[in-house]
Amino acid sequence: MIAALASPMLTTPWPIIKTHRENSDTFTLELEPPESNGPFAFKPGQFNMLYVFGVGEIPISISSDAGNPETILHTTRKVGTVTNALGELRTGDSIGIRGPFGTNWPVEEAVGKDVVIVAGGIGLAPLRPALLHLLEHRRQYKNVILLYGSRTPEEMLFRKDLEKWSSQLDIQVYVTVDRATRSWRGMVGVVTPLVHRAPFDRKNAVAMVCGPEIMMRYATEELQRRGVPDDMIYLSMERNMKCAIGMCGHCQYSSEFICKDGPVFSYDRIAHLMGKNEV
Amino acid sequence: MGEAISNYAKRILPSTDLDRLLEALQQKGYTLVGPTVRENAIVLEEIEGAEDLPVGWTETQEAGSYKLSRNGSEEYFDFASGPHSFKKYLFPPRLKLWQAKRHRAGFKVEQENDQAPSYAFIGVRSCDLCAIEIQDKVFMGDSYVDPVYKERREKAFILAVNCTKPGNLCFCSSMDTGPKAKSGYDLAVTEQLKESEHVFLIQAGSEKGHELLEALELADADEGAVEFENKQLEDAATSMGRFLDTHKLPSVLKNNFEHPRWEQIADRCLSCANCTLVCPTCFCHTVEDTTDLTGDVAERWRQWDSCFTGDFTYFAGGSARASTKSRYRQWLTHKLSTWTDQFGTFGCVGCGRCIAWCPVGIDLTEEAAAIRATDLVSD
Repeated sequence: MIAALASPMLTTPWPIIKTHRENSDTFTLELEPPESNGPFAFKPGQFNMLYVFGVGEIPISISSDAGNPETILHTTRKVGTVTNALGELRTGDSIGIRGPFGTNWPVEEAVGKDVVIVAGGIGLAPLRPALLHLLEHRRQYKNVILLYGSRTPEEMLFRKDLEKWSSQLDIQVYVTVDRATRSWRGMVGVVTPLVHRAPFDRKNAVAMVCGPEIMMRYATEELQRRGVPDDMIYLSMERNMKCAIGMCGHCQYSSEFICKDGPVFSYDRIAHLMGKNEV
Repeated sequence: MGEAISNYAKRILPSTDLDRLLEALQQKGYTLVGPTVRENAIVLEEIEGAEDLPVGWTETQEAGSYKLSRNGSEEYFDFASGPHSFKKYLFPPRLKLWQAKRHRAGFKVEQENDQAPSYAFIGVRSCDLCAIEIQDKVFMGDSYVDPVYKERREKAFILAVNCTKPGNLCFCSSMDTGPKAKSGYDLAVTEQLKESEHVFLIQAGSEKGHELLEALELADADEGAVEFENKQLEDAATSMGRFLDTHKLPSVLKNNFEHPRWEQIADRCLSCANCTLVCPTCFCHTVEDTTDLTGDVAERWRQWDSCFTGDFTYFAGGSARASTKSRYRQWLTHKLSTWTDQFGTFGCVGCGRCIAWCPVGIDLTEEAAAIRATDLVSD
């Protein structure tokens, strides 16, 4: 008998149907899952492995609406070899996709509760499907609050979404920038202090946090100070990944494999690790 | 590990008949892999028959040292673990997973087929048998299964050797992984060299092994031989060169993340990755994507990687473990602590390879003991 070697490591080419520039170094790829593979389904917070022909493969969260899996969006920043190569691709090109992988944001567990979402920079991308889910099922939730911090107004992600959500009365959006530029009339400063005055009931709230690790630490501290219990705070972690199926060992974070035990963790599960260096 | 003890009858295989057994395996289509002398070490390679086994050879091991020597003995298995383990056959060091060709605006992916033969592993010590069981959990134990590993593993035949000659760096008694092979083998032998005779006490551990053994029509083992075997294994269990106290070890290591000992180890550790390469349970690997010169054909290769390399934890924010201290701490803590959370067993089988093949002779039993002795959080 001859083994079909690669199955979980085998990538499938998906065509790019549109590309969109978010800011100077961040872009979104719009992809169409091929019908031959059967319907593609994912949950908010999950990720795919994106392969550029001959260049390499990296984990990127899905940033589109899980209710519309016919079109899949990946938003990423040019920071390394593969993301730079991804940024060069155009409509009609194909990339390889494996996925979806990992745990998801607790949108089911949050039903009947206030939901506070804290995002920093590119961290808004994995949270976008959660926001879209909350808004689509708006009546199932109490207050929905988005706190978003960007380095500058120009680097803000999903500007159209932010403007739309800001004009809606059923979601409260607070946007802040680290450094204001001339046209900015909004808040200036880091995002974490906004937690302090966000309107949610600490006894009945779920928090979803994504951004740089340091930002997630401070956001968590603020949420704890407000009285949100550790198991109601969810974070999305990031590490080097080669396989996404718990075998290559790269993403280990103490006992956790970020790829399969995460990327979304409730804070109580990883509280003992946060803030420690070089875990 | 594994409490199962075989119910099959024990038989006597005269040492001169070892080739009959190996030939029977070859006739069944197995490619034999066993210990043999190469480049001043006892390594694991494909062998043709009993004449390739390291008869008359042994070795002495110290931290950072492995010396092959002749001892003139007639025994086939008078040595402890060498630098190789059977993982190189089940989890190959470098393997092509697939290739892709450009096709219009996109590309087409073609799976690679594994051409590996059915291996018969000859002379698997209990420590290495346990190591295979540990890797089974990694590659086949969860929702995702590595088809390469699974295929090779299911095709393999295991001829275990109950270990009567633990080495100076061995501590399988501490890890409950030996010296007797408890389960997971097709056949297990105990080599017995007495003044008048040289035999193997042999017992099947599977239906596959039982069938093969029946065909050899061997005599039953007498009480004397079984008693002698018990004594051999009792002696082996108490003559380990190393010891590791595993009591509450997972929590001791977790509680001592900031222990000053890690800095001291880092002063010696070269972060060379030798320990991870010789370790029979280390499973970390990387994926390499390449193209040919035309840029039209791409390949994906999988190859062994190590948590001691700089690239291992590199991601957008830099290296998650930049210092040698953090890498050694990760390796030791994984083996003896976090592995138990992930897979329900230690990631160490007490084979001592990492001690022998560490160029500066770092000894994990010594390091774990030092941390326990100065536990920052004693409870």
